[in-house]
Amino acid sequence: MKREPVKYALLVAVALLAPLYFSGGYLMNVLVFVGINTLLVVALNLLLGFAGQISLGHAGFFGLGAYISAILTATHQVNPWLVMLIAALAVSALAFLIGFPVLKLKGHYLAMATLGLGIIIYIFFNEAVDITGGPSGFSGVPNLSIGALVFDDDVKNYYLVWSFTLVVILLAVNLSRSRIGRALRAIHDSEVAARVMGVNVRLLKVQIFALSAFISALAGSLYAHVMTFVAPASFGFHFSVELVTMVIIGGLGSVYGSLLGAALLTLLPEMLRAFQDYDIIIYGLILILATMFMPGGLVRGIPAVLAAILPKKQERG
Amino acid sequence: MLAIRGITQVFGGLTALDDVTFTINRNDITGVIGPNGAGKTTLFNIISGIYTPTAGTISLDDRNITRLPPEKLATRGMVRTFQNIELFGQMTVLENVMVGLHTKSRCGIVSCAFKFPWQISEERRIRDSAQVWLQFCGIEELAGTTAANLPFGKGRLLEIARALAQEPQIIFMDEPAAGLNGRETLELALLIRKIRDRGITVVLVEHDMELVMDVCDRILVLNLGRKLAEGTPREIQENPAVIAAYLGEG
Repeated sequence: MKREPVKYALLVAVALLAPLYFSGGYLMNVLVFVGINTLLVVALNLLLGFAGQISLGHAGFFGLGAYISAILTATHQVNPWLVMLIAALAVSALAFLIGFPVLKLKGHYLAMATLGLGIIIYIFFNEAVDITGGPSGFSGVPNLSIGALVFDDDVKNYYLVWSFTLVVILLAVNLSRSRIGRALRAIHDSEVAARVMGVNVRLLKVQIFALSAFISALAGSLYAHVMTFVAPASFGFHFSVELVTMVIIGGLGSVYGSLLGAALLTLLPEMLRAFQDYDIIIYGLILILATMFMPGGLVRGIPAVLAAILPKKQERG
Repeated sequence: MLAIRGITQVFGGLTALDDVTFTINRNDITGVIGPNGAGKTTLFNIISGIYTPTAGTISLDDRNITRLPPEKLATRGMVRTFQNIELFGQMTVLENVMVGLHTKSRCGIVSCAFKFPWQISEERRIRDSAQVWLQFCGIEELAGTTAANLPFGKGRLLEIARALAQEPQIIFMDEPAAGLNGRETLELALLIRKIRDRGITVVLVEHDMELVMDVCDRILVLNLGRKLAEGTPREIQENPAVIAAYLGEG
């Protein structure tokens, strides 16, 4: 139990100090997106890794957060921080309502239903041209600011996004080590036994779906303000699948794994630029090898590999 | 305390249970026996809220509980174990029992995420209480083991510990001795008595006749979905209809 605060403190230290090393380079910009993607992957992992319920529509929630923030701040000049809260609440309320019928489904059927949901939202972004700007996107979203501090460059945005990411990671870790976290994992392992133990499975699934949507919408709002531009292409089916991949590569049911998965899959394409036309092939190969040799994800696979190489040294789990 | 009246369950064209009426007395150990296909497990699934019966009512202390789902029954003090033990395999033994305390704790998503002071003390209470139940079932030394790695007999004890952590009024055990060796079955008999001595009513479906005749105060015999007999172990052993059913003459 004592290791948990140490692990978290280490993460905070690394996150705070990273700009000293990377600022000025284009990787700084990529690290902003690692932060946003980590938020999304933690959100999805609560649902997929803990409760064992798949969603192929999370890019939709992400997009809704982004568009609500973009439209209300750019077109209607509402306070962006307030909009961020409104967007997150509205999207989680939507998820709560949709969750009741949808989360009754299991396995492939749940995947199909959430996939449909994501596609509907995507089509809405494309077709509601008057509101969303259609396929060409929506520009002129203001940067976030606190007083005179305007988050308008990569380093500032980095600290903005990562303050959210670090808080969400802490809250998710707390949640996973509580009665709610145990109830979620219980649902994953045996739904009938969880019910016999008094867990209101149906309600808890819907609540966690709504919470997951809340965090995803928050990530969306941050994305809109960081980019100052949103377009439907960022919120399509492919991105939902990428999020699921990040959860699995990082480690199902591990909050720190979510961070690793998001970091690897966000940084990898940048690092593979050097291979030019072959980058996609190498990217695919790395994914295949990672799932073959680290079926528990990076969070369990890396320590295992390190333990094999350096039999004496203990690495953080 | 638990009254089962006219329970009938029809699956398609098959009548699995036909008008079964039976009463379970507080603080008894009651056995439900019968040849394969007699409807014992079906009866358990109905009582524990997993199936909804075609007809009939079940009442707990004169309150109708027929259509309540398992999670509601848990809050009324009814819990069960499963024939093919249903553990939370990825969790540790201690965590499994901690889930058993779900109805005994209150904190929601927000208090858990923000670790409010009352959540921290509740969490400590859950952990301490879970440890007590592990000790009660004699598996405290396995607390840190992942449940999926337990040998079968220990898994069964864990399932019982997890159920008891709810501090139920009644525990239903679906074939608790299945898959246990002779010594484990003897230990189980002791445990069942110990559970009853804590004021918990025990109901078991069981094939192991020796165990049933040894521990039960009363026995219900089912055959082909109907009640064949009920009574004390001695009455059942001498009942000609029961003997006939078991020897296959019925």
